[in-house]
Amino acid sequence: METFKLMLKIIMTSVLVNNYVLSKFLGICPFLGVSKKLDQASGMGVAVIFVMLLATAVTWPIQTYLLDPNGMGYLQTIVFILVIAALVQFVEIVLKKYIPSLHSSLGVYLPLITTNCAVLGVTINNITDGYNFFESMVSSLGCGLGFLLAMVIFAGVRERMEESEPPKAFRGIPITLAAASIVSLAFYGFGGIVTSLFGE
Amino acid sequence: MKKLKILLNGLLKENPVLVLVLGTCPTLAMSVSVINAVAMGLAATAVLTCSNMVISLLRKVIPDTVRIPCYIVVIAGFVTLVQMLMEAYLPELYEMLGVYLALIVVNCIILGRAEMFANKHNVLESALDGLGMGAGFTLALIAMATIREVLGNASFAGMKIGFLEPYKISFLTAPPGGFLVFGCLIALVAHITRGKAPQRKSFDCEGCPSASFCRKDCASCETAEKVEA
Repeated sequence: METFKLMLKIIMTSVLVNNYVLSKFLGICPFLGVSKKLDQASGMGVAVIFVMLLATAVTWPIQTYLLDPNGMGYLQTIVFILVIAALVQFVEIVLKKYIPSLHSSLGVYLPLITTNCAVLGVTINNITDGYNFFESMVSSLGCGLGFLLAMVIFAGVRERMEESEPPKAFRGIPITLAAASIVSLAFYGFGGIVTSLFGE
Repeated sequence: MKKLKILLNGLLKENPVLVLVLGTCPTLAMSVSVINAVAMGLAATAVLTCSNMVISLLRKVIPDTVRIPCYIVVIAGFVTLVQMLMEAYLPELYEMLGVYLALIVVNCIILGRAEMFANKHNVLESALDGLGMGAGFTLALIAMATIREVLGNASFAGMKIGFLEPYKISFLTAPPGGFLVFGCLIALVAHITRGKAPQRKSFDCEGCPSASFCRKDCASCETAEKVEA
């Protein structure tokens, strides 16, 4: 029961309160770039969850069993980004060779994920927050779900926005950001929900 | 003359943040207060200038096929350097910047300049380009932070502005305010330059942060093509 409660708390926190896109500003590029169509937005979201889980499963043991005992914690940034970049390439090759159907649906998102700051951010945050392996995986899942949720909601908003006609200077990116502001405002309302549900 | 042009290019005409709309994550996250903005801007400028120089020096040595991993290693090296220096000498700022300091590695501006500029130009030009782009990034950050801090928190770089205290709009320092101020600033720049600057209409391949990883077949490219068609 305790474990379940903890899991729920971590997931609720990272999906609703500390949403990576809307309140921590990580992964803004794909959030703005790939959110025009609902199917693309959800595909990107699923790909991000997949890579986040995989990246955490690899980087957490590296940090805990390889870098920390040898006093090489300062190499974190270099090692993590290289691991993520290699991992994404590897996943792409494996998918292409063995599961072509999955590759054709997820493959187009993989190049966008290497430089996605949300993936690097979640692996580093898991270490700084002092999570153990299980908690890290849950937190990555939560962050990925939060990303997916934000993408899907925002895709809906943007499909409506395409039909509107903003002032000339606002066309394109500025009005998209203004819409993102309103979506983010909605998530801002979740502020105290976790502490009131689970206590401190 | 040409060198001066390279230096000034990043400040206004091709301002990485307000015109090319790159590096959005740190811009939004670090513009809550002016001090944060200056620290982030300087850290990124230092990394950008150094990595531009090293990549330009190595541009004939690095094989084309593995250039991106090489760039990432160089950039990550300098980021680690900045992290260690900051932790030692400016621990308070290090705490404030937090994870965003490490995330300079994946800042699209830095990888983008390596790919678009440093691997085609000599060392001096690359260094100037790095300085100019870094300064443009810093200025845009400071502009945004000034708006958000003065109107949202009634202070400037930590100093209280008394007469604004009753009128502060605390919404602006919250995450939604960041998106809104950023959108309005880009619109303002688009309005003032009105076609003179190479305005980025959509998130197409040219300015795409992932352009270097992508073989023109990613989801972002597809969207861009559909918009053009």
